[in-house]
Amino acid sequence: MAIENQVPEELQKNVFLTSVDFLYNWSRKNSLWPMLFGLACCAIEMICTAAGRYDLARFGMEVMRPSPRQCDLMIVSGTVTKKMVPTIVRLYNQMAEPRYVLSMGACATGGGPFKEGYNVVSGIDKFLPVDVYVPGCPPTPEALLYGILKLHEKIQNQSVRTVPWYRKDTPKGITVPELGPDIFLPDRAAEIRQITMKQKPATAVEES
Amino acid sequence: MSDAIAETTGLPYADAVPGAVVDADEYGIVVNRDKLVEFALHLRNNEGFDYLSSLTAVDYLGFEGRTPEDRFEVVYHLFSTKKGGDGIVLKVRLPENDPQLPSLTLVYPGADLQEREVYDFYGIVFNGHRRLRRIFLWDGFNGYPMRKDWKEAYYEEEHKPYKSRWPKGHYQWAEDRVPWGDNIKYPEGWDPDTFVPPEPPLPIIHEPPADAGHIKTDRIVVNMGPQHPSTHGVFRMIVALDGETIVGLEPECGYLHRNHEKIGERNTWLGNIPFTDRLDYLSSMSNNFGYVLAVEKLMGDRGKPPERAEYLRVIMAELTRICNHMWSVGFLLNDLGAFFTPALYTIEERELILDLFEAVAGSRMMCNYMRFGGVARDVDEEWLQRCRDIVFNRLEKKIDELETYLTNNEILLTRCVGVGYLSPEDAIALSACGPMLRASGVPYDVRRARPYSIYDRFDFNVVTDDGCDVYARYKVRIGEMRESVKILKQALDQIPEGPIMNGKPAYVTRVQKGEAYGAVEGPKGELGFYVVSDGSDNPWRYHIRAPSYINLNTLEPMTIGYKVADSVVILGAIDIVLGETDR
Ligand code: SF4
Repeated sequence: MAIENQVPEELQKNVFLTSVDFLYNWSRKNSLWPMLFGLACCAIEMICTAAGRYDLARFGMEVMRPSPRQCDLMIVSGTVTKKMVPTIVRLYNQMAEPRYVLSMGACATGGGPFKEGYNVVSGIDKFLPVDVYVPGCPPTPEALLYGILKLHEKIQNQSVRTVPWYRKDTPKGITVPELGPDIFLPDRAAEIRQITMKQKPATAVEES
Repeated sequence: MSDAIAETTGLPYADAVPGAVVDADEYGIVVNRDKLVEFALHLRNNEGFDYLSSLTAVDYLGFEGRTPEDRFEVVYHLFSTKKGGDGIVLKVRLPENDPQLPSLTLVYPGADLQEREVYDFYGIVFNGHRRLRRIFLWDGFNGYPMRKDWKEAYYEEEHKPYKSRWPKGHYQWAEDRVPWGDNIKYPEGWDPDTFVPPEPPLPIIHEPPADAGHIKTDRIVVNMGPQHPSTHGVFRMIVALDGETIVGLEPECGYLHRNHEKIGERNTWLGNIPFTDRLDYLSSMSNNFGYVLAVEKLMGDRGKPPERAEYLRVIMAELTRICNHMWSVGFLLNDLGAFFTPALYTIEERELILDLFEAVAGSRMMCNYMRFGGVARDVDEEWLQRCRDIVFNRLEKKIDELETYLTNNEILLTRCVGVGYLSPEDAIALSACGPMLRASGVPYDVRRARPYSIYDRFDFNVVTDDGCDVYARYKVRIGEMRESVKILKQALDQIPEGPIMNGKPAYVTRVQKGEAYGAVEGPKGELGFYVVSDGSDNPWRYHIRAPSYINLNTLEPMTIGYKVADSVVILGAIDIVLGETDR
């Protein structure tokens, strides 16, 4: 009320008062560019979502970019394999903040039908922070759209003051796993050696 | 010809190459590995078996009647593109401690990728192969995963249903059961600090013909993929360039290697059907079809589907072919730079067909529709009416429309005509299949060569084209859609009433001991399933002859000498789907 009274009358019809957060988030959420990045079967449903019938353009998302530098959203659409995961992590690291990850389908979420496979990672969240999970095998385009709307909600509720990417202590990129006899994270080499070399681990091994 | 001796000894082709044939069973001829190349050469040159369809191996560790002396068996399925009909099966038995045999790549260049696959999975060495490297897994991976004594990190039991979950439905996180809390396993004594990753692979360089006046160019190696807008999934090509001309190309797969075959050996027979959906995820119905055909061969009379089911299978398979070709034509244009607009047109038709699938199977893509001896659900009159509507009134018009825009389109012609040349001889030698083979003028179609199901009742043409290039492949796909519509019209007219399942649906499938190879002409080519049964509820071996993968044999010869931009189109015209390539 108080603010409104300070605005001259002739401007009141032309000026729209809002918070920085609202405006900032509103514009971000309505032009979320996904990465043109498909892994498996779910990617086909993602493409169908972008096509005429489901029309992702309604949400300002039709511009799919193959370069991570231009993207805000990574839709992990399909089975994450050990051979692929270093690339995925590298792609994520190359995306500029603010960046979001949507895990589409059972495979990306937890390994899905192929979980027991020797080359399959049990969910992308073992490596990347995930914002929205969409269940299904494959999720229908409607389900994906619902997941995207949920992500919009999440973005709308963020605040410039608390988001991590404006902080001084912005977290560094994520360690890229490497392929040895099996996939491993270089920063956990000591832990691995302790076990493979048959020594007692100094600390209890807690896995995430 | 060898028939006379074959009759007396019971071994087919026994006298052709002395000492080559050592044994035979009802499924194939056992060949001495030292004479393999000679014998294969004879079969190719004199008996007309010019097409190596499938090459795989089986590990018989612990199989009844097998010893470590014949633990491994490499199995070759040979066919004739001229005569058609049933092919022959060669088997080479290898001892546990010396698993090596000569490579067949000089006789059948199409053995290239398949031998690499067998090496990758079983550690069987093919002597004389030009680059025997791992293909699905990475160099340095520990062990050979398809061997029966190799266990994955989440290993629980040999066969599903696992006792821990069945019959009470207990569930425990796989992560809680394993030492690392994750799907990983390191060999004892391995030290990550001293680990040096192996050198990345480099393509074999094919020197271009020296030509005078050639401007000086540099050699560089460019990596395309696995994240690339045009690689149709997570496929990687390592391309060596001279200026802009491709002088070497190394395909690298495995970024979507989901261990289908290992999981397939743990699954029950029935439990594999939904997994086949996820092979070539654009055409799940065809995949179901191939698998049930293979298993039905082992089921005798119980595996014979009733008439209505046969018709439903054909209808679904042909609808799938249209879906797939629509998609592939749309995305070929994508690769040419017409980003997404043509694809929007083709996806529209695909959506209509997917609606039909959803109505009958409950899912748009992963239909899981066929069963041994029938299909899962019947269709009603309303469904048939909808289907007729689309088939009789719409599809042909839409294919015409597509052709109006594309077939004589100048850009399409310039980019596609004469690009990616593959001669008919090479196509056969490289084991190309499906539209790839037919676009090189070879009229080989499994539906005609070895008619399965009820395809012998329908009147349709095998579409071929003599162009041998990307444009010919495009035209063959368009032509095949028209033929599919033709088959669909006949099938929809003739479909009888009746049951859709032979016997009652059951969870447990009794399959007799033996082995079978069942193949269908999938949208991408010959999709074969090679199954070995030991009489139990689970397959002993479950191998997929994946057309997308085997068609990749042609990629290197087709791209050498073209510009790097063409490689994208050439790959697009092969029409690979990574789910099937990598399995
Ligand atoms: S969740 Fe299902 S549809 Fe999606 S990638 Fe995994 S297997 Fe394919």
